[in-house]
Amino acid sequence: MQKATALDATFAALADPTRRAILARLATGEASVAELAEPFAMSQPAISKHLKVLERAGLISIGQDAQRRPRKLEIKPLEEAVDWIERYREIWAANYERLDALLEELQAKPAKRKRRKD
Amino acid sequence: MPKALEVTLPSDREVRVVRSFNAPRQLVWDAHTKPALIQKWMLGPPGWSMPLCEMDVREGGRYRWRWRSDEDGKEFGFFGEFKHVNAPSKLVHAEHYDPGDVGGAMDSSEPAIITSEFVEANGVTTLTVTMLFASKDIRDGAVSTGMTDGMEMGYVRLDERFKAEAA
Repeated sequence: MQKATALDATFAALADPTRRAILARLATGEASVAELAEPFAMSQPAISKHLKVLERAGLISIGQDAQRRPRKLEIKPLEEAVDWIERYREIWAANYERLDALLEELQAKPAKRKRRKD
Repeated sequence: MPKALEVTLPSDREVRVVRSFNAPRQLVWDAHTKPALIQKWMLGPPGWSMPLCEMDVREGGRYRWRWRSDEDGKEFGFFGEFKHVNAPSKLVHAEHYDPGDVGGAMDSSEPAIITSEFVEANGVTTLTVTMLFASKDIRDGAVSTGMTDGMEMGYVRLDERFKAEAA
């Protein structure tokens, strides 16, 4: 159940819009805490709290530069979450593709459809 | 392309799915409200069928949906009540998860409120499904159990953005 726990941590971390925005920013490259705080009109301590959650979930790590201690994105837990989500996204997409086919069929046979109406 | 599937998280208690169909609104409405039609497309995971689909589509009317695994006969479903019915443009229902013998129950008697809106323009019908949960925890729980109506897709937009930005 190790895997499920890791997924829980990933999803919990992703559930917050500020944290998602931070990850989106980090997807473009490393950034210092000050740089990360800037676009969010948020204090550094507030950003640091979010960074801790992301760090605990393994979604970010601290880069090489000892002075700036930049944060960087760790893609692996995200990929695991994506793989896991993708299975269910496919279910949803498959349902709607079947609905597309059904709608096409119903439009091709309007007379049959009328009879079905109660 | 009218077919793109869009998923967003409009608030921390909601998940929204938007999908367009090349069909008039009445037909898309029928496909969401007539059991004989629903059972043809809302099949869930591969290898599952929808043997039970009961719907009394009027305000205060109840519904019950159940899926069954062809392989081992395990079942799960949803049930609830229609809160608002305005054919063919808007349908609101309260939804309880029925874990059957699959499990994954959420610790809540509070139903999710599902609002489906159907808008037609130029022969294309856009369906917007908004799922409102009793709390953020319940939404995230629903998302992580993965058994509730495909809501886990809430994060897919994010994934797509990451993929695009990482590429």
